[in-house]
Amino acid sequence: MTKDEFTVYEGLGTDAEDHRWAFGTGFTDPLEGIDTSVPDGVDPDALATYCLMLGDDALVYSHRLQQWITRMPELEEETALANIALDLLGQARLLLARAGRAEGAGRGEDQLAFFRDENEFRNVRLAETVDADFAELTGRLLIFSAWRLALFGQLTGSADPVLAAIAAKGVKELSYHREYAAEWVVRLGDGTALSHAKMRAALEAIWPMVDELFRTDAVIAMLPGVAADPATLRGEVDEVLGTVLAAAGLDRPDRAPMAAVAGQTGREGVHTEAFGYLLAELQSVARAHPGATW
Amino acid sequence: MGEPQVRSGWPLYEVFLRGKRGLNHVHVGSLHAADPEMALHHARDLYTRRNEGVSIWVVASTDITASSPDEKDPFFAPSGDKVYRHPTFYEIPDDVPHM
Amino acid sequence: MRDDVVPTMMAEKQAGGMVAMTAHPDEMTDDLAAHFDDTLGHDRRIEPRDWMPDAYRATMIRQIAQHAHSEIIGMQPEGNWITRAPSLRRKAILIAKVQDEAGHGMYLYSAAETLGADRADLTDKLISGRQKYSSIFNYPTLNYADVGVIGWLVDGAAICNQVPLCRSSYGPYARAMVRICKEESFHQRQGYELLMTMMRGTASQRAMAQDATNRFWWPSLMMFGPPDDQSPNTAQSMAWGIKRHTNDELRQRFVDMTVPQADKLGVTLPDPDLTWNAESGHYDFGAVDWDEFMAVVKGNGPCNAQRVARRQSAHDEGTWVREAASAHAAKRGDT
Repeated sequence: MTKDEFTVYEGLGTDAEDHRWAFGTGFTDPLEGIDTSVPDGVDPDALATYCLMLGDDALVYSHRLQQWITRMPELEEETALANIALDLLGQARLLLARAGRAEGAGRGEDQLAFFRDENEFRNVRLAETVDADFAELTGRLLIFSAWRLALFGQLTGSADPVLAAIAAKGVKELSYHREYAAEWVVRLGDGTALSHAKMRAALEAIWPMVDELFRTDAVIAMLPGVAADPATLRGEVDEVLGTVLAAAGLDRPDRAPMAAVAGQTGREGVHTEAFGYLLAELQSVARAHPGATW
Repeated sequence: MGEPQVRSGWPLYEVFLRGKRGLNHVHVGSLHAADPEMALHHARDLYTRRNEGVSIWVVASTDITASSPDEKDPFFAPSGDKVYRHPTFYEIPDDVPHM
Repeated sequence: MRDDVVPTMMAEKQAGGMVAMTAHPDEMTDDLAAHFDDTLGHDRRIEPRDWMPDAYRATMIRQIAQHAHSEIIGMQPEGNWITRAPSLRRKAILIAKVQDEAGHGMYLYSAAETLGADRADLTDKLISGRQKYSSIFNYPTLNYADVGVIGWLVDGAAICNQVPLCRSSYGPYARAMVRICKEESFHQRQGYELLMTMMRGTASQRAMAQDATNRFWWPSLMMFGPPDDQSPNTAQSMAWGIKRHTNDELRQRFVDMTVPQADKLGVTLPDPDLTWNAESGHYDFGAVDWDEFMAVVKGNGPCNAQRVARRQSAHDEGTWVREAASAHAAKRGDT
């Protein structure tokens, strides 16, 4: 290496002046230039609740994905998984912040994430259960991503400009997640006899929680033009899942939906037993030091 | 430990990238993948951190025939698309030495 | 074509064109050895297809592989705090950091593979204990400040070790190190900033930061390896451009850089013998407990078994997944 070449390398090991160049350019704030006040005619409480729903889905599911870090079947999958978990965490942060803004009570993303109790979380139950193995990880990811991508696809046209911007950014991310998951479901479904059996069992285990994704919520009716009605997503999602399952050589499971509790499910703050443990883990350090800045 | 009956090791792929302002693809390293699509995904995750506008080629290592190469790879900067990757985001007092 | 040349070339083609040559007919060896020495003498890089002594190749594989293992194992102590991170921003930072470490491990395994090593084989050697990883990761992370201290002290020590490696004689390793060093300096800042925030925070946050410092200071000094007079391989490694500075040199440099940083933070380093020596222009510091270091290196640290077990179970439990992917690719005719 000539002295000149070496100088380039040497500079990189020490404190380089142009930090932005060293770590890539072009972090774009999806909310740049967007008016973040609640649009006229939009019910702020309903908007806050809706954003909590979408934000909690991402926050809680990201948590489950994070639990797979250092447990993935190959190192390359670690980077893929971390990307997905980070993307969803990013979506959660934007949505929780939006919820806090709409609510107007001074609660920010951290106050909402760490200091609400179980029955105040509005995620679907699909987001909160543990993956027993890699087949469940990829099967759940396929369903969640396909559903969320369809949802965000509609939200890009939301009358709330913040939701529309969040959705626009999220669509690119979710397309990637869905593709990643679909490729794995096909590999496992059409791999070895063992992987086929595991993928089939995984879908059987997850399927009871699918129906809940398409339930219309009362809040939706209060946000015309702003929220997307989950019931309208079913066709698109079914088509995607049908294509992937066919390529994977897997049948669509025939399982009854997981029952509600007194007519309520995740969207109403009624969760599974696993959820309490999840929140205990997520919130423990923040709650041990209330009022601390991190 | 002997070779398993079913091959579980994934083959090696070499990764070549052309950045947004680059003129040609540059070899940046290698990774393991079971098939070419996976190799492409992994290359995006590992070597570009999913920066858009980067053209990626993946080639199975066994498909490469090499002569004595000119191995002077130009410097390639890893990309970040998340705000916390920018050190200017962090407030560290100017007078902290060596940081 | 000579008989003993043909098998070598065949082996090389099977392994992929990027592999380094070693075995070679005797009379050509002297010329190649001279070229190798000449390359090192001019501080140029050895590249994958260059001739190199077997011992250089073996040493380089071992060094690069152990560095790679360290990155991968290092994901665990920090990964331990992702799900409990006390703010969403800190959580995102930590996930990205651990992800970077996976990436670094892969860049390094990739460099080792250009020397003819196989990653699956290297993984076996890690799991069986035949190859090691940095001893620092055999310590537990017990409170959230540990995340900050690992960034500040452990990544700080790693940077001291690694910046000189950007000039390693082996090209692929040097290039991997350039990429890694940039990201690691970022990690160090993140860790330090977390500690600054905590030290300006509540009493319990300050106590956590001090506690973490107390537990990680001495192990960080041990990261530079045994004292020079107990490091027999140093001379050869330096002649080959594998090592650019001695263990003690780097350790001293780290102490000199870090003491002022600790002062700025307001934490006390747990060494009553730490004092500025105006004559030498360096900090004098106390005796490192080399018995502890040897015990940890031999496998008897607080977390050795746990770290290896986690790596092993991920690898073993992932076998059916890797096999399924290979089987699927074979069905499609990709392989």
